[in-house]
Amino acid sequence: MNAAQNTLLNSGRWKRWEYPLWALALAVPLLLPSHALIVNEIAIVALFALALDLILGYTGIVSLGHAAFFGMGAYSAALFAKLVMPDPLLGLLVGITTAGVLGALCSATILRGTDLTRLMVTLGVGLILMELANKLDWLTGGADGLQGVVMGPLLGRFEFDLYGQTAAWYSMTVLLVVFAVARRFVNSPFGSTLKAIRDNRLRAMAIGIPVNSRLAVVYTVAAAVAGAAGALLAQTTGFASLDVFEFHRSADVMLILVIGGVGWLYGGVAGAIVFKLMQDAISSITPEYWTFWIGLFLVVLVSVGRERLIRPWTWFGRGAKRGQP
Amino acid sequence: MSSTNSTMDTANTVLSAQGLVMRFGGITATNNVTLNLKKGARHALIGPNGAGKTTLINLLTGVLQPTEGKIILEGEDITLLAPHKRVGRGMVRTFQINQLFDTLTPLQTLAMVVSQQQRLGGQWWRALGASSKVTERCEQLLEQFHLTAVMDQETRVLAYGKRRLLEIAIALACEPRVLLLDEPVAGVPAGEREELLQTVAALPADVSILLIEHDMDLVFSFSKFMTVLVNGTVLTEGEPEQIANDARVKAVYLGHGDEINDAVHGMGVQHG
Repeated sequence: MNAAQNTLLNSGRWKRWEYPLWALALAVPLLLPSHALIVNEIAIVALFALALDLILGYTGIVSLGHAAFFGMGAYSAALFAKLVMPDPLLGLLVGITTAGVLGALCSATILRGTDLTRLMVTLGVGLILMELANKLDWLTGGADGLQGVVMGPLLGRFEFDLYGQTAAWYSMTVLLVVFAVARRFVNSPFGSTLKAIRDNRLRAMAIGIPVNSRLAVVYTVAAAVAGAAGALLAQTTGFASLDVFEFHRSADVMLILVIGGVGWLYGGVAGAIVFKLMQDAISSITPEYWTFWIGLFLVVLVSVGRERLIRPWTWFGRGAKRGQP
Repeated sequence: MSSTNSTMDTANTVLSAQGLVMRFGGITATNNVTLNLKKGARHALIGPNGAGKTTLINLLTGVLQPTEGKIILEGEDITLLAPHKRVGRGMVRTFQINQLFDTLTPLQTLAMVVSQQQRLGGQWWRALGASSKVTERCEQLLEQFHLTAVMDQETRVLAYGKRRLLEIAIALACEPRVLLLDEPVAGVPAGEREELLQTVAALPADVSILLIEHDMDLVFSFSKFMTVLVNGTVLTEGEPEQIANDARVKAVYLGHGDEINDAVHGMGVQHG
């Protein structure tokens, strides 16, 4: 194997520290059973953020309406459990598929135009779907949400318990599997053509990359992953409400990516952990004003920079030190 | 003159633009341009600023759709073909202003381009660089373009000369049969110029090259045939000696261009 090949393959390899990290994450529901519910929430939000990262971080498509696919996954998984059968894995598959199909249809709207038009178009799609879920109340339960979703046991064996241990493991395992697949995806030739489109669309076209077809595929994949996250939420809470389509979900997931860092698969995971734990901690102190602190944190984060914020020893150094790693 | 050329040498012609017209509203940027690129050509396209050289490149590569006329690549009409498909058929360009992938390293960039060229661009399960055919070609290109030392640095931190080399390396990684070089030495500082000129001179002989350039040293040392474009129209074509001795070309291009140019054509078009 030559040097160039080694260098290229290195970026996609799993590092030694990653295995214990994931093992630890999977052990958390066992070690801290009282926190299983929030672990479940974090895993779901991290998965949703990973979906957005595929289009925002890796391909440079901005979206303020990714909750459309999250909601689609949630409602279709919940409806499947209620009307067809309660098996969670099949329901998950249904959620992924319907969201993916919706993504493929919507991908036509993001091929052209500027970032601003994409923001508006994605936002619009999210609003349309929310209103549809509201209006089709014979199917979705409208503003009351879809109630009475009863899930069967996972793999026919593991019942969803009240403390959320099964749920946490379920969501975490799905997150891990999607993470591993997404990692291969972004480090493949296909993934590198996405980065090329992000960095320079004109040149990407000039070296023969079929830009539109790439955009359509990645948008579909990102929608399907968001659908998986939505399905997990509906299944583990046994409920789907209009809240899954709400604008704040799309905005929150973008905040999470900004906190954790875009174009880096761990960004969504790290952001989800920080965001959810902060939300949990602050809202237990000041239930009404927690968004104030989240807002303040964001302002500090983006003005100081993530690199500097996580390295406190650089805060008081002289400016000259800044450039050093 | 050009029309007889095209009928006589069809077999030898790789790329042929026939009667291209491009109008932007009331402005005619390209006016009935016919141009034939022969196999293995070293063909220069010169003309003062605003002559329509870059517009012509954009027409040939499909960024713009001509108002009239057609483009034939290796005997097939590609006038309506999408830009990325023209690349698949072997027509590749470089850009006057670097168009690079800033967050990728030269190695990643070339691996991506070579994978795409080898029809692996749609592969999503194997890693980039898993194919040793790809990485071997990358190493060759890095070597050829003097980029091996910086192959692992992000493109945005590279020196301008290196970026310029990468710009051309990307095009060559597409394995072109027709290469359109848009001012390859534009803005390259003196110290890095020689390296670039050598690289351009050493491009594979079987690649047909259309060179657009202001730098007369490069044009006359590199090209075997020249086309002079003025105000979107072909003024004349010929061997370098003919062009150098052509009174009209001297007037328009080499000497005190604009006044005479305007006088000859009776147009008030300004050259930027």
